[in-house]
Amino acid sequence: MPAPPLIGYTHVGKTFDGGRDAARVVAVDDVSLDVAEGEFLAIVGGSGSGKTTLLRLANRLIEADGGSITVEGEDVRNVDPILLRRRIGYVFQSGGLFPHISVAGNIGVTPKLLGWPAAEVATRVDELLDLVRLDGAQYRDRLPHELSGGQRQRVGVARALAAKPRIVLMDEPFGALDPLTRDALGDDFRDLHRKLGLTTVMITHDMTEAILLADRVAVMRGGKLLAQGTPAELTGSSDAYVGELLRTPRRQAERLGALLPRDGAA
Amino acid sequence: MNLFSDPRWSEAVAHLPDYLGNHVRVSVTALALGLAVSLPLAIIARNRAVLRGALLGLASIVQTVPGLALLALFYPLLLALAALSLSWFGFGFSAFGFLPAVLALALYSMLPVLRNTITGLQGVDAAILEAAQGVGMTPQQSLFTVELPLALPVMMAGIRTAAVWVIGTATLSTPIGQTSLGNYIFAGLQTQNWVFVLFGCLAAAVLALAVDQLLALIENGLRNRSRIRAAIGGVGIAALVAATLVPTMSRSASSYIVGAKTFTEQYVLSALIAQRLQAAGLSASSREGLGSNVIFDALVSGDIDVYVDYSGTLWANQFHHSDIKPREVLLAELKATLARQNITLLGELGFENAYALVMPRRRAEQLGIRSIADLASRAPSMSIAADYEFFSRPEWAGIKQAYGLPFRTQRQMQPDFMYAAVASGEVDVIAGYTSDGLIAKYDLVVLEDPRHAIPPYDAIMLIAPKRASDSVLREALQPLLGRINIAAMREANLRAAGGDGASSPDAVARWLWDKIGKR
Ligand SMILES: Nc1ncnc2c1ncn2[C@@H]1O[C@H](COP(=O)(O)OP(=O)(O)OP(=O)(O)O)[C@@H](O)[C@H]1O
Ligand SMILES: [Mg+2]
Repeated sequence: MPAPPLIGYTHVGKTFDGGRDAARVVAVDDVSLDVAEGEFLAIVGGSGSGKTTLLRLANRLIEADGGSITVEGEDVRNVDPILLRRRIGYVFQSGGLFPHISVAGNIGVTPKLLGWPAAEVATRVDELLDLVRLDGAQYRDRLPHELSGGQRQRVGVARALAAKPRIVLMDEPFGALDPLTRDALGDDFRDLHRKLGLTTVMITHDMTEAILLADRVAVMRGGKLLAQGTPAELTGSSDAYVGELLRTPRRQAERLGALLPRDGAA
Repeated sequence: MNLFSDPRWSEAVAHLPDYLGNHVRVSVTALALGLAVSLPLAIIARNRAVLRGALLGLASIVQTVPGLALLALFYPLLLALAALSLSWFGFGFSAFGFLPAVLALALYSMLPVLRNTITGLQGVDAAILEAAQGVGMTPQQSLFTVELPLALPVMMAGIRTAAVWVIGTATLSTPIGQTSLGNYIFAGLQTQNWVFVLFGCLAAAVLALAVDQLLALIENGLRNRSRIRAAIGGVGIAALVAATLVPTMSRSASSYIVGAKTFTEQYVLSALIAQRLQAAGLSASSREGLGSNVIFDALVSGDIDVYVDYSGTLWANQFHHSDIKPREVLLAELKATLARQNITLLGELGFENAYALVMPRRRAEQLGIRSIADLASRAPSMSIAADYEFFSRPEWAGIKQAYGLPFRTQRQMQPDFMYAAVASGEVDVIAGYTSDGLIAKYDLVVLEDPRHAIPPYDAIMLIAPKRASDSVLREALQPLLGRINIAAMREANLRAAGGDGASSPDAVARWLWDKIGKR
């Protein structure tokens, strides 16, 4: 018998009030999806396809209005949402660092909420700064606006990992970065994921990134889960949209191959 | 002459510890109360649209009420409350001075604090709020560690605005009996002591600036996580409060308080009474610039111990009689009425401050006019001027009924200008005040009132119920009774309206005592 999923969505739905006179928006439509322990799952899909909503349902930043969600075997409705959030790391789409709190304070916020002794929090902060390759002496006391965009996103990742969660949810953590940094940060995180034995769900727009980093990829469109599986499994999908999504990286790679001389030599 | 060698500057400085101390205490208390109410209200209301609208609307309405009116409104309100509390719970409280001033000013401070706190909290980025939730904060933790710190600059701007408003408006609390820097301004305006007016305005402005800067320092310290700056600001405010508490705390609490209304004669008389009490070894201070509706109630409740009022004023305004009685009868009835409230009518000072028809002496002699009755046949070719309320007062109706007097024209004028106007012949007759010093200055004559159409306005000394059996007080005041004749009072008033160092109420009161004490 396979191990129970660490995160399990069963026929989950979420509808938003569209505002004053707009129609109601079905953001997540009857989604069933399991994430196994130790797995790295990427969610891809167009803008507005319901990726962020799906992720937030897991730590109850948004409450589902249909179906059920389990985290570590427990139905999230039976768990205190505050405690649930403290044991799930979350990286926000826009960074979400507290602008008035230092880098160290931002990273240490959840451990502090959990009541760790101050000395332990400080040690942990330094560990994490190391982990995301930021020089502690230099950055610990800076405010977020004194960092570059990439450094901010590293701090966002460090904050998500601070309280030693088993689960990390990441909403476009490497967006708005130059390709080199993005690549490096992605690889770094992939290593962390393996080293720390995390279970990671990462949202991305970028199919290439999803294929390179994730064990499995889930494709969302219009609130529905179109397909899920390893990149190899997905190539066999009969869905036209999924096929198009998967062909894009290869087509790009081929065009690049044709345009750029081999080995970078002139 | 050097502007600052004027002795009134040093007199103003001598009052500073008392006025400034009271001013700071009332402002700081009002601001603290205002913050204690507004901040929680703003936090509760920030996510409730209906409550938010109602609160901001109410606070805006309060803000449109002129400061002077708001302060004045709190006085009768508290008076009624005090009476209720006395009959229901068996204890009353003073509706005079500190309490109404603090309440009105606190109300006044609410709008900027409410508005800026709500705006500041609503201005916090939704993504940041979500992050606070996402890292596992409770709503309270989010409020105190994220929302309030981020809203702080906007909130502090509101608090600073409120502080400056409160300190400025506190100058208007003088007429309801709260000593403040406004005492300089009210007294100065009445006695044409521009040094006092200027000094009061400067002191209030400097105080407002200082508090604003200290608050800015605290804000800056909090924002930049500089404990030192925040501490300096906090210590500065604390020091300011402490410094103003010390001199007033050390003053003896058992001192007698002499009340004065808002015109020159009252400032002189209260200074005179205070000087007599001090000469008798009692400690005494003046509470000046009290509104004429406030001062009687202040005496009843014992907030002031003694003051001078006028028989006709009490008769008509306080006890609402519309008939006019001969002076002795009126005084006797007044004395009996007052005694029922346990107020002592100690006696008359010896002069009246009544309305009177006044014209230049030479002209009156030429025309053979000595009384209002003589005026009747000349009136159709003459003009009369009076202050803004005279022609609608019962005195005027009474005069017309008794003497006719079909004047060719009636004009209304600023009282200060009337005397010059009649002296220069611009108008023929004015309705002046019998004790006004300008009557002597312009050589005017007060026409007799043989038919007693104008009620008597004898200056009378009143003593508070709680001092009813205070024989030391009575003895100290006895020498003033019946001693101040109209000529002496007029000259004193004229001196007090002068623009120099010898014209302060204290100096004039000493002059007056020299003059009457010798007889
Ligand atoms: N709080 C909300 N109220 C109303 N509608 C919402 C709310 N949150 C999301 N939606 C709507 O739900 C749909 C899904 O939104 P969601 O944020 O999950 O998309 P997404 O896939 O994360 O998009 P993106 O890639 O642009 O971040 C969208 O149409 C969005 O407008
Ligand atoms: Mg999204």
